[in-house]
Amino acid sequence: MTASGSGLAPARPYRQPVSRLWWLRRRSYLLFALRELSCVFVAWFVAFTLMLVVAVGSGPEPYRDFLDWSARPWVIALNVIAAAFVLLHAVTWFNLAPKAMVVRLGGRPVRPAAVVAAHYLLWIVCSIIAVWVILR
Amino acid sequence: MTTAPNPTGRANTRRSPEPMFWLLFSGGGMAAALLAPALLILFGVAIPLGWIQAPDHQHLHSVLRNPITVLVLIGLCVLALFHAAHRLRFLLQHGLRLGGARGPLAVLCYGTAAVGSVVAAYLLITA
Repeated sequence: MTASGSGLAPARPYRQPVSRLWWLRRRSYLLFALRELSCVFVAWFVAFTLMLVVAVGSGPEPYRDFLDWSARPWVIALNVIAAAFVLLHAVTWFNLAPKAMVVRLGGRPVRPAAVVAAHYLLWIVCSIIAVWVILR
Repeated sequence: MTTAPNPTGRANTRRSPEPMFWLLFSGGGMAAALLAPALLILFGVAIPLGWIQAPDHQHLHSVLRNPITVLVLIGLCVLALFHAAHRLRFLLQHGLRLGGARGPLAVLCYGTAAVGSVVAAYLLITA
């Protein structure tokens, strides 16, 4: 393990240890951590949706029970937090879209702002269709 | 993303599964961003708080029986689960500096997403 003299194994460069709480140091780090944490609430959204699907599939009575359960204060509180995180995910996702994809139209790259705008438009259209199908 | 030089000239047969997980991650991120806010605010906040009246059972049941709805929801659930698994994996690995348990962490995250996907598809098809 010694590199002295022989020159066979170069010494490993010193790396300053990083704290487990490094993401609390700066606001931008914290926002990054919160954005990444949104994945937990995306998973919760899937579980919540599946519970609704199972309740609806089981009949009017289980559906009623699901609606009562979802109106409990702690479930509403959880879903308000989850909705905030899912919105954070959506906004950060769409704002990063032009960095992840370079769209070309007629050989010219589309302006990043236009790519973002197109994503927000698609978001509005998808949301309206989903709500319309459910509440129609 | 550089690859080691390949002096043998043969095709590199050891492929990393990373691009596939990244594709699932980005697909799931897009699907969740487009649909999750509206659905979660509707069923998790607006209906429980009485802002909007809940759709009646018969209508919601017929919507969920529609093959297009089933396909869209299966796609949304599977992609969103792999998206969450991928993010959670790196959140734990980098955020909490658990790089030492890299392998088991990846298996646990993607494995849970795979099991969840099968369960989700089964529930959506049989509902």
